[in-house]
Amino acid sequence: MANESEEMGKGQELTDWKSIRVAVTGGTSGLGLALVHMLLDGGARVAFIARNRDRVERLVSERADARGITGDVSQKGDIYSIAIQILGELGGLDVLINNASSLGPIPLAPLADTNCEDFELALQTNVLGPFRLTKALLGALAASAREGGRPLVVNVSSDAAINPYPNWGAYGASKAALHHLSAIWNAELASQGIQVISWDPGDMDTPLHAVAVPDADSTALMRPEDAARELISKIAHHMLPVREASQ
Amino acid sequence: MIPASVPNQRPPDARLLVVDSGGKIRDMLRSSFPTLLRSGDIVVANDAATLPASISGVHKRTGRSIEVRLAGSESVFHEDVRQFSAVVFGEGNYRTPTERRPSPPELRPGDTLQLGPLTATILQLLDHPRFVMIHFEDANGSIWESLARHGRPIQYAHIPTPLAVWDTWTPIAGPPVAFEPPSAGFALDWRTLDAIHRLGVHFATITHAAGISSTGDAELDARLPFDEPYRIAESAARLIRLARAVGGRLIAIGTTVVRALEHAVSIHGSLRETTGVATNRISAATELRLVDAILSGTHEPGTSHHQLLSAFVDQRILTKMDQILEQHAYRTHEFGDSVFVEKSRDRAAWMKPVEFVTGYHHDDVLTKAISV
Repeated sequence: MANESEEMGKGQELTDWKSIRVAVTGGTSGLGLALVHMLLDGGARVAFIARNRDRVERLVSERADARGITGDVSQKGDIYSIAIQILGELGGLDVLINNASSLGPIPLAPLADTNCEDFELALQTNVLGPFRLTKALLGALAASAREGGRPLVVNVSSDAAINPYPNWGAYGASKAALHHLSAIWNAELASQGIQVISWDPGDMDTPLHAVAVPDADSTALMRPEDAARELISKIAHHMLPVREASQ
Repeated sequence: MIPASVPNQRPPDARLLVVDSGGKIRDMLRSSFPTLLRSGDIVVANDAATLPASISGVHKRTGRSIEVRLAGSESVFHEDVRQFSAVVFGEGNYRTPTERRPSPPELRPGDTLQLGPLTATILQLLDHPRFVMIHFEDANGSIWESLARHGRPIQYAHIPTPLAVWDTWTPIAGPPVAFEPPSAGFALDWRTLDAIHRLGVHFATITHAAGISSTGDAELDARLPFDEPYRIAESAARLIRLARAVGGRLIAIGTTVVRALEHAVSIHGSLRETTGVATNRISAATELRLVDAILSGTHEPGTSHHQLLSAFVDQRILTKMDQILEQHAYRTHEFGDSVFVEKSRDRAAWMKPVEFVTGYHHDDVLTKAISV
């Protein structure tokens, strides 16, 4: 990861992430995993959340500087447990990246063949989970703003939120809801100094994509590390006024 | 007063009894609280989130069931999570009033407590057989996870249903350091914060680890509030100084804010960035140097929270306020109604007859509440 760390520093003009506290959901695979590594390499304080305890512990054993939290954002009962651990481990929060996603039915299916339960899971994971976690962490994010930070919530979206792809109904509808939720959060939270964005990384070579499109040519897909680098650059650009003000 | 038995932080009919600086008393809907504010005032709230600080487990030496209620810590720094003062109960749970709970087995320094996945050692007794200093043997990450998963919010018998963590977090809750909710902050939803912002009223927060409000033991209750760590950030201290310098009133949301701010100013002479432990007890003898008014819950006479109000107003006015709270069936405890008490302008006001104007059902008040 050393090369990526160097590139990260060059790309976004923000070299000191030490005071930035970031939480990433879905942090043990795909984009989330790439974000965890690159943010840690840049010096950020990172807590990641994932469902599978073994995978969480494995990543923590690789990266002693990572704070691993086992939890399922689709479960209402897990949200405050996750929030307590994020805030306890990091002492506050500046950036929340709602990255964990559910495809809905696997394999993908037309809406007419989609079980309600699969659609519900997509909504729980992709809409209600990010809503609940953001709401639970809103006090900490607003505190970051009051102390001079520029708190940011990133909801990882998809072009399926905009374009009506057949067979992507549960996923697309849930991501469309998340996209709109982000815009409304952003309008409502402007007075608190909290920005909420919806961000589409594009088609990446991730386990989620492999499940969705098993016969895709993975060489034609973006590497999650490249998408992570783009997002980190975006976050850095957002944080930059703070760095200038504090210098 | 009537105990509020439903964990609803902001019931639409929540009431507010207002005691103004001239000693006049009136009532209103709590949702119209912003109408009491003036441009230039500063509202200060406690942004501590509430830990699930009740942990059930076993006293290993005797094998008996216990409930440990974490009650205090040395600092609000997130890495100081291994050592706590704690009140220990015998078997049972919150459904039994605390004063009727069985005692724990005899507690001795060195005893091990198995609290779900956590292992704690008693370091010392704190001048009481049920009040101890404990030390968790686990790593910080394990302690946070175990508290988050195994701990339950501290709760009392007046609420029959088990509280969820989200019942205990104020909307602005951030650092999880309080042992019971700084419940005056339940009144502050984001709509209210936007309303006070539009009025030109400043808003700042401090972090104060609100301790437990009742132990069920008269001797221990007399020692409340226990020492409570707090943090006042430079940004908050600066904003408060600026607002005060231009004549804005400081309105504290809750007793913990009064305690922290007045403690900090007593140390430094003026308000500045502070990380400290509030050991002060605020009473009629206290001269408030910063806080001009308080929004607080309704408290029973004899409690430390009630005693704190006597720093704002004369005992005669306080007695009248208590009578009105009783006569008008105000709800008490953490999910109850509220009072807004402004510091008396001068002692002459205390000599006048206390005037009470009820406006609760007046159309004006309701209109204001809706328009805020």
